[in-house]
Amino acid sequence: MAAGGTIDALGQFTLHPALGRIGAAVHFSQSNLFMVIAGVLVLLLLWLGMRPRALVPGRLQAAAELSYETVMSMCVETIGPEGRRFFPFIFTLFFFILLGNLLGVWPYFFTFTSHIAVTLAMAVFVVVMVTVVALRLHGLHFFSYFMPKGVPIALAPLLIPIEILSYLSRIISLSVRLFANMMAGHAMLEVFGAFVVMLGGAGLLGIVPAGVSLAVNVALIGFEILVAALQAYVFAILTCIYLHDAVHLH
Amino acid sequence: MSGAGDGDGGAGGESFEARLRAARERQGRPSGVETKLHLDKLPTSALGVGLRVAVELVSALVVGVAIGWALDHFLHTSPVFLALFVLLGGAAGVLNVWRVMGPGRGP
Repeated sequence: MAAGGTIDALGQFTLHPALGRIGAAVHFSQSNLFMVIAGVLVLLLLWLGMRPRALVPGRLQAAAELSYETVMSMCVETIGPEGRRFFPFIFTLFFFILLGNLLGVWPYFFTFTSHIAVTLAMAVFVVVMVTVVALRLHGLHFFSYFMPKGVPIALAPLLIPIEILSYLSRIISLSVRLFANMMAGHAMLEVFGAFVVMLGGAGLLGIVPAGVSLAVNVALIGFEILVAALQAYVFAILTCIYLHDAVHLH
Repeated sequence: MSGAGDGDGGAGGESFEARLRAARERQGRPSGVETKLHLDKLPTSALGVGLRVAVELVSALVVGVAIGWALDHFLHTSPVFLALFVLLGGAAGVLNVWRVMGPGRGP
């Protein structure tokens, strides 16, 4: 909010206890609340959508079927036929992030994906799971992943650390991409929103720039919806690509 | 899905596919059009690619600095490993960018 003539673009990301005194006692923040809401909304979409079981689907059933088919084709086309085994994981990941991003665009709602703690936890989970999958499928042969084929053995001491660092950097790139996109977008919305209030209150001269800021904010909301869907998709498809690497090694 | 007689009381004899095709032609939609979303590629807008490359480049460096700093901290060898791992991290960042943008992969 633009209290006291300054723009507090990052204040919107502070955590507050939700659900009154019970939430405060167990440190249940509004971030956790929106995670629960996002999960419940996905379950409701699937449960209510698939209840009619009609041959010609209605709107909600079409949405549920489309979401299933989209994620399934993403899994199979990216990972290969083995991708079906990872479908539940990718589906959960994609829709949890998508709902988190989209709920955040709604005024007064909190975007839990705008916290690095949340995205980092998800990215660590993805990379650890990918490593475990590779180890289970290939055993110790997995470590040949860090030694590219056709490279002289003399370069191994240099290349293997670089490959390992490159592998580990997936955690950072996966989490920072989502977190930075969401945080930057919401900070921009806040800044332009504060412009509208401050310029609008500055008298006759401020009316036109305030109107421009309002127009920018309207455009930014549209852009945020695009970014919300895109980043959820990017997170899921990159997880698929990493799983493809783990399943096929090279 | 060859539901010719699935008991839904439609036009007798015609299959569901034939009726669907006829309905689509009435609506002016060609029958070969896929209604499924096709999302098997990463975004290729200039901003998206630039951001992706930047994140790839920096993230490996961050991991390198973190590992180097931690090794120095626990082995009391400051700044040997930090200097080494900054270089390795930078190289890994370039490797990441090469994997994304290198020949044969496209943006």
